[in-house]
Amino acid sequence: MIDVENLSKKFGDVTAVDEVTFHVNEGEVFGFLGPNGAGKTTTVRMLSCLISKTSGDARIAGYDINNTDDSLKIRKLIGLVPDNVGLYEELSAYKNLDFYGKLYECNKIQREENIEHFLRMLGLWEKRDVAAGAFSKGMKQKIAIARALIHEPEILFLDEPTVNLDPESSKMVRDFIMELKKEKKTIFLNTHNLDEAQKICDKIGILNTKLMATGTPEELEGSVWGNKTVIQLEKVNDMILDELNKLSLKKIIYDNNKLTIDVVNPKKENPIIVAAIVRAGGQVQYVTELSPTLEDAYLKFVR
Amino acid sequence: MKLWKSWVIASKDFSVFRKKKSVIYSVILIPLLMSIFLPFIIGSAGMKGSGVTIAEFASLLNSFSFFFVILAASLTTVIASYSLIGEKIEKSIEPLLATPTTDKEILLGKSFAAFLPPILSIYIGLGIFMVLIDKMTYNTLGYFYYPNWNIAIIIVLVAPLASILSVELGVILSSRVNDVRAAQQLGQLIIIPFFGIYILGEIGYISLGINSMLVISAIMLVVDIFLFYISTITFRREEILTKWK
Repeated sequence: MIDVENLSKKFGDVTAVDEVTFHVNEGEVFGFLGPNGAGKTTTVRMLSCLISKTSGDARIAGYDINNTDDSLKIRKLIGLVPDNVGLYEELSAYKNLDFYGKLYECNKIQREENIEHFLRMLGLWEKRDVAAGAFSKGMKQKIAIARALIHEPEILFLDEPTVNLDPESSKMVRDFIMELKKEKKTIFLNTHNLDEAQKICDKIGILNTKLMATGTPEELEGSVWGNKTVIQLEKVNDMILDELNKLSLKKIIYDNNKLTIDVVNPKKENPIIVAAIVRAGGQVQYVTELSPTLEDAYLKFVR
Repeated sequence: MKLWKSWVIASKDFSVFRKKKSVIYSVILIPLLMSIFLPFIIGSAGMKGSGVTIAEFASLLNSFSFFFVILAASLTTVIASYSLIGEKIEKSIEPLLATPTTDKEILLGKSFAAFLPPILSIYIGLGIFMVLIDKMTYNTLGYFYYPNWNIAIIIVLVAPLASILSVELGVILSSRVNDVRAAQQLGQLIIIPFFGIYILGEIGYISLGINSMLVISAIMLVVDIFLFYISTITFRREEILTKWK
């Protein structure tokens, strides 16, 4: 659905996006994680045909982002929620959506049906005639998402949709995105909220001008240092260490009677490790698994 | 190019302006006051045995009707500032640019929005002005002074061209200024040449008759075409998103 090959953008001498390559499949939620200034917004703007690329290629549903004729077709296919909601505060929620429905060339019936559908879904139908300026930040953000969906796009670009929102509003917006995920929309989500990315995304790309890594959240976590098993013993002695060394484990660290052991398959290896310790006379107090988090992966790639 | 899209954008702007009292007051009240105030001055100065000849009286009326050209330029700046910088301030420009609408359709829509309300208001003001002057001249000179070729040229050429000049200046200014008031203040500089023409007319250096109006129109047309070229360069989505301050 989204095919990006060596896409770059330079502003003068400054490289904002450097030879980024990734693919997003239909119905997939792809998260772009990265610090401020990593090039996330620039990438979304290039893919939304708002700014031109410097080099590389990108296609949205087969259309070339750099082709003038294709760019109008792409803009019809996509919905964009920029990092600022940008509603017309003087106009009602209904009129905001109706205006964009017209620009997206929806007919009157489609506009009326979709506006009612989304405003009811957001719990705002009763307030449809209230000026957008009177809504809370979370509500405005939801209206902005509805605005991007008014023409039933195949792909939705969300640029940091929960930034600057309080936890309740963030949850409100996140739940709405989860609803869209259930409807099998292709979603491209820019965020620097790791928890949000982990909850929502099927695949994640970590961007820091260059694309540092891509994969499922689990793949990225696993790429940091694999799994570790932590075993607290009453006392670590040489016999226990000798017994463990016979198991050809990758790495064993012990500190203060606590063993931290690198394992490949914890479910298979942990019982063998514990049995070896018990055989050597060790007394196990507890066994726990130490798994890398998405934060570990993120920090590894952006630092 | 889909003209209806430009009209959708202009209509949205009209809805936004209707909620902004300062815009409504500027656009409706000023021409209205001018249309009543100017005949009142003319009535006091020229019609009560002050020794003003009919030729001098005609010249006075030509000069005063030129005030509406100044107003056309000035009021359009007020609207153009809201139309373009308002989108910047409310950050609504990016979702607008993300729609399948071309730069030209957006620029034309914004131009309609900035051009139509002031020019309609000016026409209404000019209508009232002409009726009041005609009432005055009919009573004292025995004929209706308006309509005449001079006011026709102002209505058809000079005022619209001055207004278009303001719209284009507004587009160019919007790319450099981030504040509606700053844009309005800078935009008001456009009235300086028009005031200059008015003063030259008043001191008798030039006549604000038909020939002068045609020359002024021709010059403005050339300037409008030049500024249109500059404004289309300025109004490109990449420029707007990455370079507009």
